[in-house]
Amino acid sequence: MANLQQLAQMFKELDDQLVSCMRCGMCQAVCPVFAQTGREADVTRGKLALLDGLAREMLADPDGVNEKLNRCLLCGTCQSNCPSGVRIMDIFLKARAIMTGYFGLSKTKQVIFRGMLANPRLFNALTGMGATFQGLFTKKVDDMLGSSCARFNAPLVADRHFNTLAATPLHRIVPQLDTPAGASGLRVAFFTGCVIDKIFPHVGEAALKVLKEKGVGVFLPSKQACCGIPALSSGDGTTFDKLVAMNMHRFMSGEFDYLLTTCATCTSTIKELWPQMFKGDPALRAEIKELADKTMDISQFLVDILGVQEAEVANGKKVTYHDPCHLKNSLAITVQPRTMIKAAGCTFQEMREAGSCCGCGGSFNVAHYDLSKKIGTRKAENIINSGMDTLATSCPACMLHITDMLSRKNAGIEVKHVIELYADSIKNEG
Amino acid sequence: MKTAISKEFEAIVGETNVMASEVDRHTYSYDAAVLDSEMPSLVVRPENSEALGKTVKLCNDNGLPLTVRGAGTNLSGGTIPHPGGVVVLTNGLNRILELNEEDMYAVVEPGVVTTSLATEAAACGLFYPPDPGSQAVSTLGGNVAENAGGLRGLKYGVTKDYVMGVDFWDVNGNLVKTGSRTVKCASGYNLAGLMVGSEGTLGVFDKLILKLIPPPKTSRSMMAIFSSMKSASETVSAIIAAKIVPATLEIMDNFTIRAVENFRHAGLPTEAAALLLIEVDGHPGQVEEDAVRVEQICREHGASKLKVASDAAERNAVWQARRDALPALAKLKPTCVLEDATVPRSKIPAMIQALDEISQKFALTIGTFGHAGDGNLHPTILTDKRDHKEWQRVEKAIDEIFNRALELGGTLSGEHGIGLAKAKYMVLETNSGTLDYCRRMKSVLDPKGILNPGKIIG
Repeated sequence: MANLQQLAQMFKELDDQLVSCMRCGMCQAVCPVFAQTGREADVTRGKLALLDGLAREMLADPDGVNEKLNRCLLCGTCQSNCPSGVRIMDIFLKARAIMTGYFGLSKTKQVIFRGMLANPRLFNALTGMGATFQGLFTKKVDDMLGSSCARFNAPLVADRHFNTLAATPLHRIVPQLDTPAGASGLRVAFFTGCVIDKIFPHVGEAALKVLKEKGVGVFLPSKQACCGIPALSSGDGTTFDKLVAMNMHRFMSGEFDYLLTTCATCTSTIKELWPQMFKGDPALRAEIKELADKTMDISQFLVDILGVQEAEVANGKKVTYHDPCHLKNSLAITVQPRTMIKAAGCTFQEMREAGSCCGCGGSFNVAHYDLSKKIGTRKAENIINSGMDTLATSCPACMLHITDMLSRKNAGIEVKHVIELYADSIKNEG
Repeated sequence: MKTAISKEFEAIVGETNVMASEVDRHTYSYDAAVLDSEMPSLVVRPENSEALGKTVKLCNDNGLPLTVRGAGTNLSGGTIPHPGGVVVLTNGLNRILELNEEDMYAVVEPGVVTTSLATEAAACGLFYPPDPGSQAVSTLGGNVAENAGGLRGLKYGVTKDYVMGVDFWDVNGNLVKTGSRTVKCASGYNLAGLMVGSEGTLGVFDKLILKLIPPPKTSRSMMAIFSSMKSASETVSAIIAAKIVPATLEIMDNFTIRAVENFRHAGLPTEAAALLLIEVDGHPGQVEEDAVRVEQICREHGASKLKVASDAAERNAVWQARRDALPALAKLKPTCVLEDATVPRSKIPAMIQALDEISQKFALTIGTFGHAGDGNLHPTILTDKRDHKEWQRVEKAIDEIFNRALELGGTLSGEHGIGLAKAKYMVLETNSGTLDYCRRMKSVLDPKGILNPGKIIG
């Protein structure tokens, strides 16, 4: 373990970025965590001041700073509203890496990231076993949402209403795919992502169905790995680099025009963080950049490239939409998913605060479930008040957390991925 | 380690509302001013009026310096604590207690965010005009303590014009009631007036009674482009001379125009020397008449181009340009010193000339924009506080900006307050007798000197 001065030295490397925060405090207006607690250390200005304090050796408690640093959803809302354009997400991810270098990665995270995520085959085998036996430990609480809760008091599960692992993950349903371009003349690669693969494989299936219908060839390589965001947000750059490299080798073997995902978080990670944060094999840099440039959210592809338009008659479900942070804040994609909902023939009604975070935040949800629940409850109330019967979104992580929040309230509202609604409308037509 | 005193505060506000860790205290050691931070010894967050009063008394009983903090957006260091003092947060006191449509006033706790009141008032068909740049986060308590302004000062005035009453705690923990819910009130000293702009040095606000007004029925916005700052500022004077009082009358210099255009790419003319952003509001008939007349005056004074917003989107584009001014400038350099020296509006051309000279004399980049209609300019010095040599020149330039503004009959601060940053210049604007009077008054009301020491009067 390095000493405090060495730690300060590492944070000084962020100085050029840290100094651009002018402490105006406007992030207080948009931070979902601050909205719940009202504490300066929970808002970005406070966190940046703490990092600055460590860099200037004004603080002697890096542990305390680290704890505050992790009380963040990494939703990026502050960054997209920052008057001085501070690259906040970049600073936070680098800071977490420095902290992990200093404190070391927790044993649990070592097992999860290095033991499991970095070994996709083992990860698949373990979750496969989990899917078989989970019925023993959980009971269904909402058939419509497909949510369950624990039969016994399990520490990680607590009182969550969660979606169980799918009986058959996508990588079993569709082990791989390599179809030629059809009527569209286009070929895309499909990056599945862990949550889609293991919990919502039907979302992946819906995407593949739509692509087939639109005459788009699909390259879906086997043995895909996690996009790396859980490791990166815990400061584990080593595992992140390993995962990126594994995925690059799987995807570089195919020819395609675009890389699509149905997960907002995977999309923004591949598009923004792979090129920025990868410190592995320099020979891969150019290819990573090229792949990142080709990466798109599924709705963005269907609307911007294939020209899908709103349907004239709305006679389907009554739908409201939640903007995943990683589409809205990271990639400024808000219009295309809404167009897709209308293209599916659904009646669309905007909810209040559609663009505010659902409170999931990946591992934030695990470490700070109470806070996560408070933020999510506000989201659930906004969804219920929209008066719609379906909540659509573009990120499976949001789907998980929102399902939990709606299930607790017995809201009777379905949670769907946008692409599911659109795939269903194709079935109805045909 | 818990001290005896922090336990006493816990007994008043609850354990979770006392923050004593180094990490928490560090996050209350600064505000938005470019000044050094100072560590408080405790941070206390009362959630009701009674707890606030007891907190003040406990500080006084123990001679602990006390700094009240809302959102910490202060630009003059007014919320930077005294070293080792106590920060008292108001964001746990954020209830709108009454919104009276019939008598058009609101009673609020000090931690209510400015836009929350404006939004709630609008929902009742009423209008709370003060709109400081930080309104999305700033608190009304802070606005009153700093006498905050905004874009609508020219026609609608500033925070002080909306304060009907202030209830505050004195250092002994007694509640002092001032002002009333009536339009007229001649009962006793105007203590509410004394509280406005007192920056937490004379009492701790418990409740505010704020005036609301009927909103204007309609408005029209326009953007006029000029080939010199002189012709733009003469246009400002001419509009006022024509007995037209626009709700908003903003100016931007060429440097700011280029920064904004680079930032947003909205098609601003980067060759223009100056830009005026104007909005007239009121009854449709009058708005129509005023808009035509303003347009005429702009053309008579050499506006090379004039664009009147024809719909909500175009109106928004006009004001987006103004909202972009500070962010666009802030992005250019790590440190951005935003001043608010204010001159009588007829002296705007002279002040702009002075800023030009100061920028050249000290070899500094200064972007200027601001509320031309009320003489409140925002010369914004772009620098890097880590560059010590340049920072010395910045400090000299700031001295000179104040000197020139005062020479022109102006004031040190239009809307940001004096705080720590400008306390040393106060004697230049007033005189030693004035400061002596203020200090004697404070010494009686706050004998131990616990209320936000060091601010305004040093």
